[in-house]
Amino acid sequence: MSEPVLSVKNFTVEFWVDGVWYPAAIGMNFDVAAGKVTAIVGESGSGKSTTAMGLMNLLASNARMQGSVQIKGEEMVGAPTSVLRKYRGKEVAYIFQEPMTALNPVYTIGFQIVETIRTHFDLGPKEARIRAIELLGMVEIPDPEKSFEKYPHQLSGGQRQRAMIAQALACDPALLVADEPTTALDVTVQAEILDLMRGLKTRLNSAILLITHAMGVVADMADDILVMKDGRVVEAGTADAIFNHPTHPYTQELLAAVPKLGHSAKRELKFDTIVKPAPVLVLSDVTIEYPKRGRIPAFTAVKDFSLEIYPGEIVGLVGESGSGKTTVGRAAIGLLPIKSGKLSIAGRDISNATQKDLSSIRRHTGIVFQDPASSLNPRLPIGESIGEPIFLAGLAKDEKLNHMVEDLLDQVELPRSYRNRYPHELSGGQRQRVGIARALALTPDLLIADEPTSALDVSVQARFLELFQGLQEKLKFACLFISHDLAVVDILSHRVAVMQDGFLVEEGDRDSILKNPQKDYTRRLIEAVPVPNPAEQALRREVRLAKKL
Amino acid sequence: MDAAENAIANREVAGLTQREIVLKRFLHHRAAVISMVVLGFVIIGVFSGGAFSFGPIHYPGWWKYGINDTPPLTQCGNGSLGCPTMSLWPKFLGGHGITIGEHPFGQDDIGHDYFALVLRGAQRSLMVTFIIGFIAGTIGTVIGSIAGFFGGRIDNALMRFVDFLITIPSIIIGSVIGFHFGNLGALFLALYLGLFSWTGLSRLVRGEFLKLRELEFVDAARVAGASNRRIIFKHILPNAVGVIIVSITLLMSGAILLETALSYLGFGVTPPDVSLGLLISQYQDSFTTRPYLFWWPGLLIIIIALSINFIGDGLRDAFDPRQRRRISLKERRRGGSPKADA
Repeated sequence: MSEPVLSVKNFTVEFWVDGVWYPAAIGMNFDVAAGKVTAIVGESGSGKSTTAMGLMNLLASNARMQGSVQIKGEEMVGAPTSVLRKYRGKEVAYIFQEPMTALNPVYTIGFQIVETIRTHFDLGPKEARIRAIELLGMVEIPDPEKSFEKYPHQLSGGQRQRAMIAQALACDPALLVADEPTTALDVTVQAEILDLMRGLKTRLNSAILLITHAMGVVADMADDILVMKDGRVVEAGTADAIFNHPTHPYTQELLAAVPKLGHSAKRELKFDTIVKPAPVLVLSDVTIEYPKRGRIPAFTAVKDFSLEIYPGEIVGLVGESGSGKTTVGRAAIGLLPIKSGKLSIAGRDISNATQKDLSSIRRHTGIVFQDPASSLNPRLPIGESIGEPIFLAGLAKDEKLNHMVEDLLDQVELPRSYRNRYPHELSGGQRQRVGIARALALTPDLLIADEPTSALDVSVQARFLELFQGLQEKLKFACLFISHDLAVVDILSHRVAVMQDGFLVEEGDRDSILKNPQKDYTRRLIEAVPVPNPAEQALRREVRLAKKL
Repeated sequence: MDAAENAIANREVAGLTQREIVLKRFLHHRAAVISMVVLGFVIIGVFSGGAFSFGPIHYPGWWKYGINDTPPLTQCGNGSLGCPTMSLWPKFLGGHGITIGEHPFGQDDIGHDYFALVLRGAQRSLMVTFIIGFIAGTIGTVIGSIAGFFGGRIDNALMRFVDFLITIPSIIIGSVIGFHFGNLGALFLALYLGLFSWTGLSRLVRGEFLKLRELEFVDAARVAGASNRRIIFKHILPNAVGVIIVSITLLMSGAILLETALSYLGFGVTPPDVSLGLLISQYQDSFTTRPYLFWWPGLLIIIIALSINFIGDGLRDAFDPRQRRRISLKERRRGGSPKADA
C-alpha cells in the first residue's frame, strides 16, 4: 500500500476564549489515501470544519494547533507561513460551502483560476488561460471560453460551485478538502456536483476529505467515514461498516434521525364525506409580482397558482430554490400583496386587503420562519417575543400573559425559566421551538412553516419534527409546510404540492406524488435525493445516470 | 466552522443580557475607560469651578475669580507680568514646589484670571457639544428611521434633502449663522449648528434600518399584528442603538472642533462671553511671548475631543459582536488548560 496523502496524528485544535483554551477538535487520528474519499460527519459544533481548516492553519488568530498533520510526509503543524503557502492551493485545495462568498465578485472566474495557477507555476498569461479553459471544460461548465470571462453573479449556484471546483483543481492537488460542498445547492444540482466530484476523483487520483452533515451525501461519496461529536471522533470505519453495522450509540442515533423518503407511516386525514369542511386557505389563480423598482423590471414570482388547505391538514410545498415557494407562503399570510387571483384565509377574502383588513386575519394565522438566528428580536427576552401576538391582540396582560407564555413554553417542551433568556443564549433548535410557540400563541387556524428545519442538524430536526407533529395532532391547525427536503415533507404532510419556476407542477396525496409522480420534474426531484445507504445509493445513481444517457 | 465558533462565542456570553455583554466589552477597552474617567473629571471640574447661570439659578463656583474680575497683574520672577503661578516642580529638585499659586494659568493683558476664562470657555464648549449631539442625534435618528423604514418616495425625498444639506460645508453654514445670530449667545449657536449637523447620522441610521427591516423578526412582529410605530420603536430602533450611540459620540467630538473653528474665525461665541476657540484666536499672536495663553485652551480642546473619540471607539467595539479581543503573545504562551464547563 502506498503512503497516505494526508496523515493526521493526535491533532488537537483549541480556541482561546476569555483567558482559557477551549478545545474544538481533540486527538484526531486519520489517514486519507490517494483516490479515496474520507468523510467527516457530525452535527454543527462537532469540530469537523475546524479540523479541516486547521490542517492548513486557516483558522482565526485565536486558534492553536497541536499534534501532527503530514501532507505527503511533510509536517504542517508549526510550519512557517511561507511553507504553508506553498502547500495551500497546490497540494491541498479547498471547496467551500457558499460559492457566492468564496469567489471574489469583482473578478471574472477565469481571472481567479489563472491567479491560482500562476501563483504556483511559472506560466505565462496565455498558457494559464488555456489551462483555465481546459479546467472549466473538465468541470462541465457550458461554453468554457465564454464562461472564462464571466463574473460570479452571472453564473447559477451550481455553475459557481463548478467554477470553484475548477479553481481548486487548478494545480492538481494531492488532497481536496470539500467543506459542505453541496449544502447550499438544490438536490438536482447537488446530484450533478457529486457526480462530477466522483468522476474527477477517479480521473485525477486525488484524495478527498469531505466534510458534511448530510448522511445521503456521505453514502453517495465516501469510502471511509469518521463520525465526530463534541470535538472527538466517536467512530471510524468504512462506509459499509458505519452505515450497516454502526457500533457507537451516537452513530446509531444519527443514522436513525435521518429522514428517509418513502419510509414513513401512512398519514390520512378522514373528513366527513358528506359535509366536507370549508377550506382554511384558498388560493385560486393567484399571481404574485415583485413590482418594478427603478430600472429593474417587475418580476412575476408566482403565476396562476391554485391550492386549498382544509382544517387539520398539512400540505407540503416543495420545489427548488427560486421556484416561488416562499413567495406563496408569505402571500398566504398577507405579507405580500397578490396581483391577481383570489386569496382567502378562514373564509375572509384578503385579495385586495388593506393593512387594516389584514389585522383581522392576524389572529387566525401564524408563521414559523426559516432562519432561527434572525427570526427572533435579539433585544427581547424570548418570553416577550412569544407573548407579543397575545399582547397585541389584547387578549391578556401582565400576570395572565406570563401564564400563557409559560403554557406555550411547556407545549414546545422548553423550560419555563427560558422566559427571561435572550435568543443568543439558545441553540438553533431551541430558537426554532420558540418560533413555533410564538406562531401558535393565538391558536391559529392556519400555520405557515417556511423551511423551519433547513437550518437544523438531523437529530435536532428529528426531535423538532416529532414535536411539530404532536402539536399539530393536538391543536389540529391547517399547515402549509414549505420545504426543499422531500424526506421531511414525506414525514409530515398529508398532501404535497410541487412548484417549478412559479408554476404549480403537480399536486395530490402524499403517496401518489412521492411514490408515483406523474410529471418529469417531480420524478427528477425524487430521484436526485440521496439515500443514506451506500449500496442503495449506488444503485439509484446507476439508474439515474443510465437515464441521463 | 461558523457553528463551531458560535458555540464557543456563546460560551463567552452565556447568561448575560445584551446590555451586560456590551458593558463588559466596553470595560475591556482600556482607552475608552480612561477617557471616560478623564472626561468625567474635566466636566465636574469645569462646571464646579467656574461660575455659571442656568435660568434664575446662579452658581458661583469654587474658583475665587470670575471672568470679569480684574485683579492687579502679578509680577513674575523674570520681570514680566501675569505669568502662570502654577508649579509642579518640587523644591528639592530646584523648583518652586507643588503649588497652584494665585493665578495658575496666568493673567491676560488687563489682569483677567486666565484659569477662570478657561473654565468658562470649557463650559461653553462642552455645552455646545452636548446640545449639538442631542439635537443632531434626535433629528438624524428620526429622519434616518423614517427614510429607512418606509423607503420608496419618502426615502427619496428625505435623502435628496440630506444630499442638499451635505453639499453645503458646515463651517460656512456656521459662519453665516454666527454672522447673523452670533450675539444671541452660545446657546443659540449650538441650537443652529445642531439643526445642520445631523445629515451623516441620518444616512447611517437609514442604512441600518434598511438592513434590519428585512430581517425575519420584523415580519414576525408584523404577523403578530404590530403597528409600524411599534415595529420601529420596539423592534428596530433598539437593534440600531449601537450605530446611533457610536455616531453621536463621534458627531460630538466633531462638534467641539466645529465650535472651536467658528469661534476662532470670530463667528462663534463672541466677547464678552468666552469659549476655548475664542481664547485661542484672541491670543494667537502671543504664542511666542506668552505661550501659556495659547496652550491651556488648546490642551483642553485636545483632551475633550480625544476622550469623546476614544469613548466612541470603545462603544463601537462594544456594540459590534464581530469585534473580538486579540490574544497577546504572552497570553498565547501562557496557555492554560480549558476550565470545566460551568
